[in-house]
Amino acid sequence: MIVVPVLTPDEAVADIPNGASIMIGGFAGGGQPFELVRALARHGARDLTIITNNISVHDNTDLLAQHGLIRKAIASFPVPASEAANTALERQFKAGLIEVESVPQGTLVERIRAGGAGLGGFYTPTGVGTRAAEGKEVRVIDGREYLFELPLRADYALIRAAQADTMGNLVYRGTARNFNPVMATAADIVICQVEELVPAGVLDPERIGTPGIFVDRLCIVARE
Amino acid sequence: MALDRDLIALRVARALRESGARYVNLGIGIPTLVSNFIPEFADVILQSENGALNYGPLAEPGAEDLDIRNAGGQFVTLLPGASFFDSAAAFAMIRGGHLDATVLGGLQVSEVGDLANWMRPERGIGSIGGAMDLVTGAKQVIVAMEHTTRHGHPKIVRRCTYPLTGRRCVSLIVTDLAVIEVTPRGLVLREVAPGHTVEEVQARTEAPLQVAPDVGEITF
Repeated sequence: MIVVPVLTPDEAVADIPNGASIMIGGFAGGGQPFELVRALARHGARDLTIITNNISVHDNTDLLAQHGLIRKAIASFPVPASEAANTALERQFKAGLIEVESVPQGTLVERIRAGGAGLGGFYTPTGVGTRAAEGKEVRVIDGREYLFELPLRADYALIRAAQADTMGNLVYRGTARNFNPVMATAADIVICQVEELVPAGVLDPERIGTPGIFVDRLCIVARE
Repeated sequence: MALDRDLIALRVARALRESGARYVNLGIGIPTLVSNFIPEFADVILQSENGALNYGPLAEPGAEDLDIRNAGGQFVTLLPGASFFDSAAAFAMIRGGHLDATVLGGLQVSEVGDLANWMRPERGIGSIGGAMDLVTGAKQVIVAMEHTTRHGHPKIVRRCTYPLTGRRCVSLIVTDLAVIEVTPRGLVLREVAPGHTVEEVQARTEAPLQVAPDVGEITF
């Protein structure tokens, strides 16, 4: 039986090289793999491209900017709504040190979905007539304008689930699901932080949110 | 008396009720407050783009479930018949035209219903979040915001000067001073906050307002 390696967070991220692209799951504090992000900050790989929904101090992804590890961020919420939050990412962007791509959230998740599903992109009506359309092909389909969007893939995905079994099948809980199952399909190496690991056969196959084929490494981390 | 944020939200709740909207997404800020004014027996089902349908009021302190939040990260409760889904499904609902209405905050709204709400140019960086998808896919877009900026500048303008969220997408604007409908003939002033006049609202609005024949005080 295939058994997915169970590692500590530090071991799980140890081979991430400088310049890697990394997807990080989670949304506004829910379903974020906090311990993997902390391990990545300790590991210290630099010039990273981070693909994630939101970057803020509260949800911990700004930690990577605080350590000076980000070269480019692709996110739908790269900065908190309030300027007062004053994140390291925003300061570095304003200082011209890093590149930031603000992407509509539905386009972000669909680009990741396309990347994971082996598609070459898609046409979306979202963003027509806005800055999100800059430099993109516009195509009229049935009288409506659409933008062509490219797929997104990454070298690594750091995700989080409630439970895993030894074959890497994942069960999510509540709104902690969000980007996690989509990112699980779109990276070469998928590392998942879970609260509980159970033997294969324990989880109800009907409840599996991410089948084990997508998962490469597991870390068991107690709920903070 | 200008409306406070709760009263703006209460007036939006009336608009949703009157339009018969069933599936509704609430943005961050004043729009989030609308959930406090939708009675549990109402036929309104709230969708949150972080992956929940039919969530209810904020969770009481001590009763929070860390895995059940709205898109602003607040802990919420679930109503009977709730469901969870991933972000791709959330935006299939939004972009795919399955929502009847969305309520969003605004930085600027133009006289033709263009919306700018994701970036102040002087900041140089902004977050689009789900707003561009919501204005593209929801059948009705209601903007709930203060009538003017902190510095007293109009937010309802002839043309948006801030980066756009969407073109010609807003159908109704509810502010602390007025309720304004976006029509093919321009902006129509429907209601004015108690103690304020039509002239005062126009003076704080850059875009020209047509005054509805039956214009009256804001009611809830």
